[in-house]
Amino acid sequence: MIFTLVRIELLKIFRKWRTYIGFIAIGILVPLLHLAMYLEGQNSIDFVTRGLKDSFILVGNLLNGYWISYIILNALTVHIPFLITLVAADLLAGEATAGTYRILVTRPISRMQIVTSKFLAGMIYTTSLMLFLAIMSLVVGLIIFGSGELIVTGSQSIIILEKSDILWRFLLAYGFAILSMTVVCSLAILFSSLVENAIGPIVSTMAVIIIFIILSAFNVEILRELRPYLFTSYILNWREFFNDPMDLADITKAVSVLSGHIIVFFIATSFIFQKKDILS
Amino acid sequence: MNAENNVIEINGLTKRFKEVLAVDELSFEVHSGDVFGFLGPNGAGKSTTIRMILSLIRPTSGTIKIFGKTLNENRKEILTNIGAIVEKPDFYLYLPAIKNLEILAKISGKEVSESRIMELLELVGLKDRAKSKVKTYSHGMKQRLGIAQTLLHNPQLIVLDEPTTGLDPQGMKEIRDLIIKLSKEEKKTIFLSSHILSEIELVANRMIIINKGSKIVEGEVNKLLNSNILKVTVEVDSSKAALKILQNTIWYNNIESITENKFSINIEQKVIPDLNKYLVENGIMVNALIPVRSLEDYFLSITSGAK
Repeated sequence: MIFTLVRIELLKIFRKWRTYIGFIAIGILVPLLHLAMYLEGQNSIDFVTRGLKDSFILVGNLLNGYWISYIILNALTVHIPFLITLVAADLLAGEATAGTYRILVTRPISRMQIVTSKFLAGMIYTTSLMLFLAIMSLVVGLIIFGSGELIVTGSQSIIILEKSDILWRFLLAYGFAILSMTVVCSLAILFSSLVENAIGPIVSTMAVIIIFIILSAFNVEILRELRPYLFTSYILNWREFFNDPMDLADITKAVSVLSGHIIVFFIATSFIFQKKDILS
Repeated sequence: MNAENNVIEINGLTKRFKEVLAVDELSFEVHSGDVFGFLGPNGAGKSTTIRMILSLIRPTSGTIKIFGKTLNENRKEILTNIGAIVEKPDFYLYLPAIKNLEILAKISGKEVSESRIMELLELVGLKDRAKSKVKTYSHGMKQRLGIAQTLLHNPQLIVLDEPTTGLDPQGMKEIRDLIIKLSKEEKKTIFLSSHILSEIELVANRMIIINKGSKIVEGEVNKLLNSNILKVTVEVDSSKAALKILQNTIWYNNIESITENKFSINIEQKVIPDLNKYLVENGIMVNALIPVRSLEDYFLSITSGAK
């Protein structure tokens, strides 16, 4: 039954206009970034490598698809979460708004099955959006700009990765990005279970993300202690896959914290939905 | 009627929303094959009760048994055999009618064929619009689609909450005819909620009237209709003179709603000729004696009496 329910949820998601806002936004923004990089990208490369040119001779195609995809992945902090929230926040609240909770909950399926199918469908949507981002930024980037070495700048170091050593890192980075965006999706579904209109959960989810980011940014003792518990602290940890060597302990911790958030949000949503009186 | 024949058994059902007591210790039974009228004015607690029967909301206390089994423990099994419209029929507006029915068929707990879906769309007169998105449907069409979705999985019990709301007279008649057909030909048990009493009067065999969450009366529609006490509207040349004549009779205390040439009196059917004779013999010109025995009047009288 759960597969049937997930298929139904996906049908509902992909028959709605709002679902395509994310794809359209990425479909417009990424080519614009490609165009900007095509016209001005060399200046950016020169800026990044300005300190190196005194000591090293840099050869090869540094303005390549990998570098551009790396830049675009930084949009994960706020922009992509917003596109995910647009759909995820509507998954439960949308049923309340439309009054379709009544036809759903009066069928011989458990509320747990309903929540589970919504979560799985939300995850599939998140994954598809991230894969679309990967195709648009990485695949199209490689087609337009070709491949080459990737320059990654850290706070105290610059790493240059050979082109044969990059693609697998991107695969893992996108896998991690899907996980972190699934946390955003889960949070939006949790808020969606509390109300009867999708606007509230969209605003709430984005507010939580922005507040957490601000809290993470303040370099104050008490906030530093709080930081490990905020999921936003780990959203950009995909960058770890471009370190050499990678800090596996750091990656494992990030994956655990993010997975933990998804599980907690799922349990909380299930509990709320089990207890919920359907009055819409 | 023994308990085995009960399709629905409600005992001491109560629902409280914070300070508001929506349903208060409600108990009643619906028998197999009944067209059971569930009556009450707006805000009486009908929809809350239906939502509890369909597990949309949780009772504060009390028990619900359907098909002899408690709802809490046997929810899935029970819902497999119920088709329902709660308040208004809402669908996924961005999907065609046929797709809505296909989705609901898949989660109905029973095998529902494509041909069954088309058969139902034909039954409710929507076959030609099967592929149109529901957002293009009128209210009446949505209501008919709602009826189709209740029948998809051939349930034993059909719960219809205000099914004719917003329909034109022809649409109301079609729904009524369908209810009678489902009851008589397909032996379905139908739980029909309404505040339109004529609707219940025409189709139901048993009924309950509730107000402010409590039961006012429950029983067979015929018996309730055949109550001996009637409200008789008496049209006379002068109400003032007639009341003076009646002042010393046992009827006087049963007089109400007096106008210049008309008054109402609650009396037994068999004494109506005596009343007429008494008034005429005392010089009152009686123009008409109009007995009212409709369920609507009955309903209005007891719900207003309960206030």
